[in-house]
Amino acid sequence: MFDRRLIENFNWGLLGLICFIGGFGLTVLYSSDTAGEAAARILFSKQLIWFGAGSVLMIACFLFNYKHLDRWAHFIYGACIVLLICVPLFGKYVGGARRWLALGPVSVQPSELAKLAVIIILSRYYSRVINAEGLTFRNLIPPMLYTLVPFVLILRQPDLGTAMLILIIAGMMTIFVKIERRTLLGIFSFGALSVPVVWYFLKGYQKQRILTFLDPDRDPLGTGYHIIQSKIAIGSGMMFGKGYLKGTQNALSFLPEQHTDFIFSVLAEEWGFIGASVMILLFFLLVVRGLHVAYGCREPFGTVLAVGLSAMLFSQIVINIAMVMGLMPVVGVPLPLVSYGGSSVASVMAAAGILLNISMRRFMVE
Amino acid sequence: MADYLKGIDSEWFRHRLSLAVLVALVAFVVIMGRLFHLQIIEGETYRMLSETNSIRLQTVEPQRGLIFDRNGELLVDNRPSFDVTVIPRDARPVPVTLHRLARYAGISFGELFTRMEKNNGNPSFKPVLLHADADRNILAAIEARRFDLPGVFIDVKTRRQYLHRASAAHLLGYLGEVNAAELKKKKYPDLRAGDLIGKCGVEKAYDAVLRGKRGRRQVEVDASGQVMRVIRQVDAVPGKNVFLTIDHRLQQLAETLLMDAAGAAVALDPRNGHVLVLASSPSFNPNAFVSRISNEDWQALVSNPQRPMENKAIQAEYPPASTYKIITAIAGLEEGAIDENTTFFCPGHYRFGNRSYRCWKKGGHGHMNVETALAESCDVFFYQVGQRLGVDRLAKWAMRFGFGAPTGIDLEHEAEGLIPTAVWKKEKTGIPWQKGETLSIAIGQGFNLVTPLQQAVMIAAVANGGVRYKPMLIQSIRSADGKEAVHLEKKHVDHIPLHPRTIEIIQKSLWNVVNTRKGTAWQSRVEGLHISGKTGTAQVIGRKENKTEDKDKKRLAKYKDHAWFVAYAPARDPEIAVAVIVEHGEHGSSAAAPIAKALIQYYLIPEGNAATPAAGRTGGIERH
Repeated sequence: MFDRRLIENFNWGLLGLICFIGGFGLTVLYSSDTAGEAAARILFSKQLIWFGAGSVLMIACFLFNYKHLDRWAHFIYGACIVLLICVPLFGKYVGGARRWLALGPVSVQPSELAKLAVIIILSRYYSRVINAEGLTFRNLIPPMLYTLVPFVLILRQPDLGTAMLILIIAGMMTIFVKIERRTLLGIFSFGALSVPVVWYFLKGYQKQRILTFLDPDRDPLGTGYHIIQSKIAIGSGMMFGKGYLKGTQNALSFLPEQHTDFIFSVLAEEWGFIGASVMILLFFLLVVRGLHVAYGCREPFGTVLAVGLSAMLFSQIVINIAMVMGLMPVVGVPLPLVSYGGSSVASVMAAAGILLNISMRRFMVE
Repeated sequence: MADYLKGIDSEWFRHRLSLAVLVALVAFVVIMGRLFHLQIIEGETYRMLSETNSIRLQTVEPQRGLIFDRNGELLVDNRPSFDVTVIPRDARPVPVTLHRLARYAGISFGELFTRMEKNNGNPSFKPVLLHADADRNILAAIEARRFDLPGVFIDVKTRRQYLHRASAAHLLGYLGEVNAAELKKKKYPDLRAGDLIGKCGVEKAYDAVLRGKRGRRQVEVDASGQVMRVIRQVDAVPGKNVFLTIDHRLQQLAETLLMDAAGAAVALDPRNGHVLVLASSPSFNPNAFVSRISNEDWQALVSNPQRPMENKAIQAEYPPASTYKIITAIAGLEEGAIDENTTFFCPGHYRFGNRSYRCWKKGGHGHMNVETALAESCDVFFYQVGQRLGVDRLAKWAMRFGFGAPTGIDLEHEAEGLIPTAVWKKEKTGIPWQKGETLSIAIGQGFNLVTPLQQAVMIAAVANGGVRYKPMLIQSIRSADGKEAVHLEKKHVDHIPLHPRTIEIIQKSLWNVVNTRKGTAWQSRVEGLHISGKTGTAQVIGRKENKTEDKDKKRLAKYKDHAWFVAYAPARDPEIAVAVIVEHGEHGSSAAAPIAKALIQYYLIPEGNAATPAAGRTGGIERH
């Protein structure tokens, strides 16, 4: 079953990056899990398990030929929509939002799966429709529908972060395959007009977050407070950081959500500019590696798919880090392989697996 | 990167991928730039801020709304109280600080230490309560030695103050700490452990209105945790003030008059259902609950046989006795069982079946029609009316007047009373209804049970010609600054279909009860005030047939009868309707009627009245 060429052409660089980033992430998570007097490190242990499961998933994702994804695109997408619909019906409430489905001992977030499903189905569609002049408006109608359905379902969970992420990834993929100029103009206008519509669908606190971002003085005691604490944490790292396990901001639980959204702040506080830059560099290399996979692929589906997956990683990285530094509004977007969260780890590992898949089969012509 | 043949667009793809890499590069450069700014350029500042950890979030407690009576007299207020609090992280080394605190303030070190121990496991920047409601000596000592007590600060809180001690205690209620079950309910989303909420009475029923909303503020603190400045603040929203329908002076008068007995008095305005008086005796002092009530005091309250914690006006159920004859009379007239001219002869007893039912007047009343029978409270007359009607028709009219069901007043634990029907008895006891039992029902004995509030609602409906209003406790709700006010509308529950002639007859009879020599309440007449009413004397003897789980029934002592009086005045365009019960008062005319008379008199002629309320003197267990 295993062609020698697959192993020869295996993208060790990409795998290495994943391991480095994952390892660094676990180290940082370990530190953030000591905050508060009860040092149970439960989260760290759980994350280890997620990494284990994620690795298996990643391997599973390159065992088959990625072109099967093209065939199964609609099925995957459909299954995803069904799961998303199940969430408001059977999902469990966690902290005021319903994003999870309990499947036996495990809880899954269908929204994470949805990201991959949307990327796959858009890749399938674009790979067939792509042309040098760019896509016309008619070409864009199916992708818009493909994107809008999960977008709305996720938005209503409510999960503003993931919903926006899907929109952004879809947007990036679309721009990548080029849109016809006049259609592009039309889209911009439409986008501007649709802002009030989306605004209507947003929940109160989500609106608050966006408004707070635009004017931090609006909520100095809620979200504004989080950002202030985050910046203090990051800034206080200075050049060399405070040292591993010595982050005072996080040890005193000043940083809310320090295992998830604000984990980068913990990293920056303890490892300083040196450590944080290294992490950012690793992330940059990861994205470039992903694009390189796209470059090396000889057929349209794989290329667009690789671009889409790279866009997913890129968006999450940039949005999360920009948010904790006060450059973007606070939305719940996990930092790949660093933020605590099984579903996030799983989706990133799966994405990495697919990228490895595309890369190792680039010489195999169907 | 070698150039592969991919199809027509390989060059095109490469071009676009280069753009993509460029976009990524720009984004990461921006991020690096920001990172550099935060960590290198502003690094020192942030380092300093993080080390002193000088920014804290505090909550600002809202002021709870005040409670006033209908005339604006303040009944429930808030008073400042001072809690000695410490933030462990700022007070290190903690045992040393605690020792000093114990020494300066005169608080036992053991108490302080225990409190700290209980707090283990909580983050060290969260405040710990050491000593609640500290007095001025302690405060002065701590303030003077502030420099020597790092991390210790005085938290100013407000505590509830019930200005008139035990007056209207059941009605007002009191506060207590929210318990786990209450926290779970969605009703109180803003609540946290340790918060106080209303546990009973108006404090509970209108808790959401009185509570207000917490505020928060961002403060900068110095190295010892003292607040240096407030950076930003979201103000707390004070609770709204509640204006009751209660007339406090009238309420106090009722409580004084009931002082030596167990019983209740309810006064309503028959035009709109406003509750003017809701008194229950004996009472308790809700101020005892503001700081934790001691176990002994609680035991004393709970084991007192007169049950001071029970609001007899709405929770206690008694047989209505002769006051029920009003219902029997109305039912008889409306159902056509009798008319205004029907007479029966009362020789002092009545034979039915194989039993002889006595009338309270041994020698008998002689010939009676409905008017005279009601005025002189002849049992024999009503036995026969009841016999003609049957228990179910009696029940129908009783329920029309609100008996047998809660009135829906905004208080908890309202009892619903009992109005028996044939079906009810069969289901309850398995034995079918005996015709003889109807006779007892007709004169208000037997299974019948009513609360004083239900009685007041009934007599109010008789007074105004048949309109039943829901008893209202709240007149208006106003915002703390007085700017917004919501006035509550009266609630019309039922218009009982009565012939005008029936109303005339009944009202005339009730007037006769008080104002004619043969009336049972002749002693309670007042010149110039047209009081109408009805006496009642409720038997207390337990019955074998009553197999209900009702705890109240079991507590009915085997002593003297209870005394009832229901009344309204003035006869034309009545303004007040009253129901009074005095447990073991024996005769309605001698024990209950004078109280009702005094209340009505005071209400209708406030100046130059005989009985003035003695301030603060009310019955029951008190503390302060």
